[in-house]
Amino acid sequence: MSNKKATNEYQAKYAIIGNSAGAVGCVEGIRRVDKEGDIILLAAEPYHTYSRPLISYLLLGRTDEQRMKYRPDDFYSANGVQTLLGAENEVLEIDAAEKRLRLADGSTVLYEKLLAATGSLPFVPPTKGLDTVANCFSFMSLDDAQALAAAISPESRVLVVGAGLIGLKCVEGIAERVKQVTVVDLADRILSSILNAEAAEVVQRYLESRGIQFILGDCVKEFKPNMAMLQNSGQQLEFDVLVMAVGVRPNTALLTAAGAEAERGVLVDEHCRTSLPDVFAAGDCTQGYDVVSGERRILALLPNAYMQGDCAGANMAGQAEVYKNGLALNSIGFWGLHIMSAGVYQGEALVESDAQHYKCLFVQDGRLNGFILVGDVARAGIYTNLVRTRQPLDEVDWPLLQVKPQLMAFRPAERAQKLAARPAASSDLEQQKGDKA
Amino acid sequence: MKRVYVQEQWCLGCHLCEYACAFANSGQEQPGAGGLDMSRALQGRAINPRIKIEEKDNISFAVSCRHCEDPVCQKSCIAGAISVKDGMVHIDQNKCVGCYTCVLVCPYGAVMPAESGQVMQKCELCTERLNGGTPACVAACPNRAIVFEER
Amino acid sequence: MSVDFFYPEYEIVRDQNRCISCRVCERQCANCVHAFDEASGKMYADDSKCVNCHRCVSLCPTRALKIVKSGNTFKTNSNWTNDYMKEIYRQANSGGVLLSSMGNPADFPVYWDKILINASQVTNPSIDPLREPMETRTFLGKKPAKIERDCDGNIITKMEPNLELALPVLFGGMSYGAISYNAHASLAQAAKSCGTFYNTGEGGLHKDFYQYGTNTIVQVASGRFGVYKDYLNAGAAIEIKIGQGAKPGIGGHLPGLKIVGDISQTRMIPQGTDAISPAPHHDIYSIEDLHQLVYSLKEATDYQKPIIVKIAAVHNVAAIASGVARSGADIIAIDGFRGGTGAAPTRIRDNVGIPIELALASVDQRLRDEGIRGNISVICGGSIRNSTDVVKAIALGADAVYIATAALLAMGCHLCRSCHTGNCNWGIATQKPELVKRLNPEIATQRLINLLNAWEHEITEIMGGMGINSIEALRGNRLMLRGIGLTEKELEILGIKHAGE
Repeated sequence: MSNKKATNEYQAKYAIIGNSAGAVGCVEGIRRVDKEGDIILLAAEPYHTYSRPLISYLLLGRTDEQRMKYRPDDFYSANGVQTLLGAENEVLEIDAAEKRLRLADGSTVLYEKLLAATGSLPFVPPTKGLDTVANCFSFMSLDDAQALAAAISPESRVLVVGAGLIGLKCVEGIAERVKQVTVVDLADRILSSILNAEAAEVVQRYLESRGIQFILGDCVKEFKPNMAMLQNSGQQLEFDVLVMAVGVRPNTALLTAAGAEAERGVLVDEHCRTSLPDVFAAGDCTQGYDVVSGERRILALLPNAYMQGDCAGANMAGQAEVYKNGLALNSIGFWGLHIMSAGVYQGEALVESDAQHYKCLFVQDGRLNGFILVGDVARAGIYTNLVRTRQPLDEVDWPLLQVKPQLMAFRPAERAQKLAARPAASSDLEQQKGDKA
Repeated sequence: MKRVYVQEQWCLGCHLCEYACAFANSGQEQPGAGGLDMSRALQGRAINPRIKIEEKDNISFAVSCRHCEDPVCQKSCIAGAISVKDGMVHIDQNKCVGCYTCVLVCPYGAVMPAESGQVMQKCELCTERLNGGTPACVAACPNRAIVFEER
Repeated sequence: MSVDFFYPEYEIVRDQNRCISCRVCERQCANCVHAFDEASGKMYADDSKCVNCHRCVSLCPTRALKIVKSGNTFKTNSNWTNDYMKEIYRQANSGGVLLSSMGNPADFPVYWDKILINASQVTNPSIDPLREPMETRTFLGKKPAKIERDCDGNIITKMEPNLELALPVLFGGMSYGAISYNAHASLAQAAKSCGTFYNTGEGGLHKDFYQYGTNTIVQVASGRFGVYKDYLNAGAAIEIKIGQGAKPGIGGHLPGLKIVGDISQTRMIPQGTDAISPAPHHDIYSIEDLHQLVYSLKEATDYQKPIIVKIAAVHNVAAIASGVARSGADIIAIDGFRGGTGAAPTRIRDNVGIPIELALASVDQRLRDEGIRGNISVICGGSIRNSTDVVKAIALGADAVYIATAALLAMGCHLCRSCHTGNCNWGIATQKPELVKRLNPEIATQRLINLLNAWEHEITEIMGGMGINSIEALRGNRLMLRGIGLTEKELEILGIKHAGE
């Protein structure tokens, strides 16, 4: 880590691009198999690995920069990883044929196996006048959060464009610290990527009760320095601070430029390999197998990134492991109201709801495809496991499970397996292990 | 490594494990107080134990963290607050932000919010207790339905 | 409607400063004594349902409960005691026979407690059991009267079948039906582990327990439940049960309601039919008849197994024992009037039979007098409570003892004497699955083993003190005993001197 000159020619058995969950998973995956091989990790952000989803909690004061580190300070040194962090180390090019990376400062890295965990980038729709807004922020990185925190005051009126996961977590993070928050989204409901209309309504009512204003089914036609003109209603919204949280896009440029096959994300196989030789990918930039549909989907979620990275790492180190039971999973909470979703929303929707709670289970061909829970989320992992393992519901006491997630619904022998047998792995991962052969 | 195993055929559904757990994690244990300290710690309070009984008809069993060798909660924790040390799965409540992702992925339903609701808790095998040793739920089980052993 | 109120015999005292309303007492009481009041958040108890089994007291995590005797009383009357009065009321109400469980609790003399044991001083010094070998092994069965030789002059070593016990203590007969599957499993495993025997009682042998056959005594009683060839051959010995100390002269009645599932199969009677054990064996009206049954059973088991005849200790027990010894039986088991039972008519339990100490002494003396003591081994039972009771019984002439109540206590029984209700909170005297599972055989087996190990330590210690290093040398050694506070007649029957003599 010390030989730092103007330009360098680095060489390592393993190279990892990225410094978040996918990258960390990869380090741990490699080290499960190979304790020795040298690892070099490159990222444009200058920070020790931190958890991106925690930036809203940082604003809420529920964590701080030290605690939000995704792994301990000595993680990389303890794992024998050379880290090259900072803008000068941004990887500009992958030469898959030569197995060489070119960095921003002109240095090169020769590798044997490469993991690209380049994540996603905020998507900012080109909007007239956006460049005139002084206080315009994304909400993806620590830098974004710190800049936003510096810009707001108790007098601020904040406009958040985008009522998705990122936009609303940002809202929760700042709501108590500003005068007013208004959220605009083109969709007719909030959290449209994870909630159906009924669930969204329960959550929206709750957020409104906390003073958040929503304008849905509309978008900004034009920005002025402190004003947004809406497309449909023609409404004019004054604001002091603007947060653009319309969405994210997989950051695939590096890999596609190198020739990797991609759709919206870079396509990876069940070993998390790209179409390029010895190049693996993990996390938000990828399209990997979704256990419910069996198709390759973008699953831009931290757990998925970690598990892909972990699987890629093991494969890079020579151990054939399979990860094809990824699934969409979201757990999000606003001021104590918890919302969970998993899988895909196909099949018969079994709904149970009242003013504060909402539950919807999607069942198709005797299997649980997915679910949405709002309010009572206790033990939801039991449902998730049913989605992930694709266990036929006729093997369990489904009516009992519908009431609430519980192990009582499983057959006695299966319960004994769960409770009295040595747990080799979380049972939802057993399938993955079994597939190794 | 020694783990807690539950043998439902011997579970009486007495719920003593839950109370022992709540007490063990109350920080109010006083050696030799003969149960009086338990009264002081738990009287008039709803408990929030890390081990919970499921019961239906005449079947009952306790559920607590299985300390998986390959824990999906650890892999899924967005805060990096869950780690595995010497085989034990541990939640660092100082790092936990209470996102509930562990609740969403634990196949046993063995992770739950702490009383504050802002951080998560689960069985830590009583390693945080003053005395350590046998977990409180195991010691309290009158019928050896919960055992702590190497398997 | 007549007035039918009994003030509860016991009161449950709850220390509200300790109670945390965890409701363990409520969940664990099969008699529904405890209840939680949602409004006040407090626990309440209905004393009238309490049988004083101490399940709640034992499980209360904050020791908030105790059970005390009620102070409520009728006008003091030494003749018409409270109990007698209540029994009148109860019978006037029901018209039925009073039923009770376990052994005679009445205030009759306990001779064990009036007998003292000797120890060596200076001469014939005592033995340290930690340094010197101590033989607690015991053989039950006929002993050869003399050395016999074949035509070549070689000693004939073929013996009558004997039971070998590591310790002169066996578990007494308790049927599957009277006690639970788990209780049976515990007794069987403990017997195997300790090198002794348990006894099926008259309920047959559950198929799961055939594996413990080498440590099982199978019983043949008047109802002949569960008796067939495989059963007879499964055990190490066969016991013909003529009588039981708790209810001499009385048969048994297990209601059809309890004859379900495994019990029905094990007893080999249809589900739901009453299991009635007649008072007598209908094929035994004389010693000659008994002889026939003894030899039928020997024939059925190829003369490989000793036959035990169990009788209750009654007035002319010595003469009966003499007859039994001549019937061909290998072992006689005598059950004193304090012996336990799952259910017996109260009047019988408390008034019929005699104390085992007197019965044992007179039987042993009679057999010796008649020169047939070697023909038969003697097991005594009917409230052997501790290791000194064992030592005293052997010194009075027993070869070994049966323990049953003590074994139940080791497993958790608190002698509430409510076995006949079928609601045993300790999972012992019940067939309700939710109660049966309260007795984890893993725990109960270990406790039984602990008890026998503890007694063995004590027995060898006491024997060492007397300068005796084997059970053999203790047997019938009445010089090692002295009576205290006993009449001449009692001393005469016991065959012991008074302390100081």
